[in-house]
Amino acid sequence: MLERFNIVNRLSGDADLILTTVDEAVNLARANSLWYLLMGLACCSIELMQTGGPRADLDRFGSLFRATPRQSDLMIVAGTITLKMAPRLRRLYDQMAEPKYVIAMGSCANCGGPFDRSYSVLRGVDKIIPVDVYLPGCPPRPEALTEALMKVQEKIKKERYFLKKEA
Amino acid sequence: MPMDRAELISMLSSRLGSALLSAEEMKNDDILLVVDRQQLVAAAGMLKNDPALSFTTLMNHLGADYGDRLAVIYNLYSPLLRNKITIKVYLDRGDPSVPSLERAFPGIGWYERETYDLLGIRFTGHSNLKRLLLPDDWEGHPLRKDYVYPASYHGIDTSRPDLLDDARAPGGRDV
Repeated sequence: MLERFNIVNRLSGDADLILTTVDEAVNLARANSLWYLLMGLACCSIELMQTGGPRADLDRFGSLFRATPRQSDLMIVAGTITLKMAPRLRRLYDQMAEPKYVIAMGSCANCGGPFDRSYSVLRGVDKIIPVDVYLPGCPPRPEALTEALMKVQEKIKKERYFLKKEA
Repeated sequence: MPMDRAELISMLSSRLGSALLSAEEMKNDDILLVVDRQQLVAAAGMLKNDPALSFTTLMNHLGADYGDRLAVIYNLYSPLLRNKITIKVYLDRGDPSVPSLERAFPGIGWYERETYDLLGIRFTGHSNLKRLLLPDDWEGHPLRKDYVYPASYHGIDTSRPDLLDDARAPGGRDV
């Protein structure tokens, strides 16, 4: 891997060291292995599947789905959250290990979307879990979801993970 | 064989007798029968089993809230007559219960559960009358005209400020 990107060769002549901080090295690893929870709530999940497919190919960002919240770093809330589903969604979020991130994908997850005045729909997933990236669209295109994932990566790379104070 | 609608109405009137409160032609090639609540099961069984009628297909079942009263509506189709009829039973708001048609049309079970769930109409004799769509601990029946939206569900706030309200208010900010 390192040879392929010519890092070792480039450095081997005149230096034996790469200087960086632990935070930066770990953040690079974390940002490029964002595993997301295999979870779809409504039609946005179809776009989520497309994004994971070969054309948009989320794999190239080191991102792939896990079918359990315990192995997931990222929750993509793809679709309408009904009030019946909301406690279950919260439970899935609670089962994910820290550090964890959330993308609210599509209008429904942002604010209730077209079902805003409905008796049965949660008006925005931020009522029950903290959200890192709000992604508008109904539904958002796979390119947009890729962009949202890159925003999460940017956020992770800026974090000072090891110096983070426990809440 | 297809039958003239006026002819069919007179035939239905004679067979249903006192169960039939009124019968009229609808604009959509349909016949509307208002049926007495107490005699609904017998009427539905007759419509289905009478060899000359054979309304064997339950196309749809729904409930309605007209404000002053509730109603349950059944759409039946007869492959023999190539005709459909709409059966309507009006219900009092104070006692919205109607006998279940599960015996004549076993497939109606979940339809009646949905009507119960959203309109609170009780189907007596139903084998499993509980909510179909909403959670079991939901309060009220949301498609009733007098339904009051709950302010929270399991501690989850169900309100959301409308950005347009700010804009509409005098001196409101641009959004």
